[in-house]
Amino acid sequence: MNHVINKSTTMPRKALYLALGLCMTGLFACKGGGNKEEQSSSDSTKAAQSFAVKGGGADSTIKLPSGFMATIVAEDLGKARHIAVASNGVIFVKLGKAKDGKGIVRLQDTNGDGKPDQATGFGNYGGTGIAIKNGYLYASSDEDVYRYKLDSNFNVTNPDNPEKIVSGLLNRHEHESKSIALDNDGNIYVNIGAYSNSCQLEDRKKGSPAQKPCKILDSAGGIWQFKVDKPDQTYGTGVHYATGLRNVVGLDWNTTTNSLFVMQHGRDQLHDLFPNMFDTKQSAELPAECMYELHKGSNCGWPYMYYDQIQHKKILMPEYGGDGKKEGGKDAQDPVMAFPGHMAPNGLLFYTGNQFPDKYKNGAFIAFHGSWNRAPEPQKGFLVAFVPFSNGKPSGDWEVFADNFSGSPENTAAARADHRPCGLAQGPDGSIYVTDDSKGYVWKISYKK
Amino acid sequence: MYWTRIFFGAGAMALALVFMSQTGKSSIARGREVYLQQCLACHQADGSGVEGTNPSLVKAKYVLGDKKMLVRIILKGMQGVDIDGESYHNVMAPHADLTDQQIADVLTYVRSSFGNKASAVRAAEVKAVRVKTK
Repeated sequence: MNHVINKSTTMPRKALYLALGLCMTGLFACKGGGNKEEQSSSDSTKAAQSFAVKGGGADSTIKLPSGFMATIVAEDLGKARHIAVASNGVIFVKLGKAKDGKGIVRLQDTNGDGKPDQATGFGNYGGTGIAIKNGYLYASSDEDVYRYKLDSNFNVTNPDNPEKIVSGLLNRHEHESKSIALDNDGNIYVNIGAYSNSCQLEDRKKGSPAQKPCKILDSAGGIWQFKVDKPDQTYGTGVHYATGLRNVVGLDWNTTTNSLFVMQHGRDQLHDLFPNMFDTKQSAELPAECMYELHKGSNCGWPYMYYDQIQHKKILMPEYGGDGKKEGGKDAQDPVMAFPGHMAPNGLLFYTGNQFPDKYKNGAFIAFHGSWNRAPEPQKGFLVAFVPFSNGKPSGDWEVFADNFSGSPENTAAARADHRPCGLAQGPDGSIYVTDDSKGYVWKISYKK
Repeated sequence: MYWTRIFFGAGAMALALVFMSQTGKSSIARGREVYLQQCLACHQADGSGVEGTNPSLVKAKYVLGDKKMLVRIILKGMQGVDIDGESYHNVMAPHADLTDQQIADVLTYVRSSFGNKASAVRAAEVKAVRVKTK
């Protein structure tokens, strides 16, 4: 058991002492600064190693619209977070935690049967973000962003020596994923989630007042823009692109609008913290999980307001004087689309392929990881949703596209899901891929005319 | 006569309260109420928690083991601690505003529910830890 406490950790002192005390009991393994202990304990000199790909075959558990089918292309990869698929069909999956010292998996179909049969692992850090652009593979830990050179067959030429293009981003173990997206002008966008639910002085503690103003927003709770090709950028060298975003995991560059779209995880615990204002049913539905279109300088309002998808209004956050009715967030932009609360949107993909029927062209797929904060009401999510788009704006309401990743309605209600959808990517043939960070599945969803 | 009756009545009630607070069954019942208000949102109705977010309380070593450590977690909260090799992303806020009796009750409930079978926690045990952790 590893008992490393990193002294540079940003954990509050009291929590650190408690953690230290717990470590000494031997029942808990403790980590300080993110994945550093994984890096030091793994053998980073080993080159990428091959291993067999488990899984395969059609999966009728996943419910899809007529004409679509889901195939399992891999199983047991680990905590499969985001995914990127190259133009030759090679798949890269970022793992939330390095497995056998490898945090990125490369999957390749070498015999042409449409299913990957060879897997290699590299990158000794856990994380979420992964993307392919102009001959490079980009991947993030919970503090840094790296890039790897790709050859013409999408082999990584420097698996053990990536360029570190961004470093030192805050990781306080809450909303720590550093998801990434790239534009066509040499920029990379990185989410830095707020290490907080609603910017209280003591996070999630009933009665603890809000920070006024919310200082978390200085270094988190937003999107930062960096250059793809400059080494060792950090807060000072990047652009604070958008603010007022509690936590974004799913984000994608929309090539129709030439702008960044993000999915925000809305706040938790309205009933727990304000039982006199919100009953358990309201607290399960509210606030909305929101899709925003961002531009430089965008402000989406957290923590001063939340979006109520039932009243269709921006509501003043109760920590800042709200009562569930008073409107707030005058300076905050409206969401592009609002979804029911707590479903946890972890993946966003704008579909540009030609395989699916016309209604899907340029529309948005969203992977919902599934809720926990709807208890004691039934939980919700564990699905992939779709929003049709026309001229860069939604042209209809959202709908369920792929469902039943949990395995059954009972599993969904109890949040005991077999699988949790996390990442999305589009393949060269126009199929889409869905990852699962619970059991490490990857599905390919195709349309058969 | 009137005052005597009130005095007697109050005395009986106090006795009953003391008795109630010392019997395991009523402590479990009271602990369940505390659980529903303070714990259920994260640890879920069946104590199984949420993978990667909120740890399970079901037959967990840290729940069934050292009571002092468990009391400290309630009083001080917890974050960034791996349990059995798994990390959990949510924050547990400190719950020092609960009384010694409420903490004893909820821990007694948790240690004897969800398939758990561990000894009750008494208010005096909570008090002893609280004095040391202040």
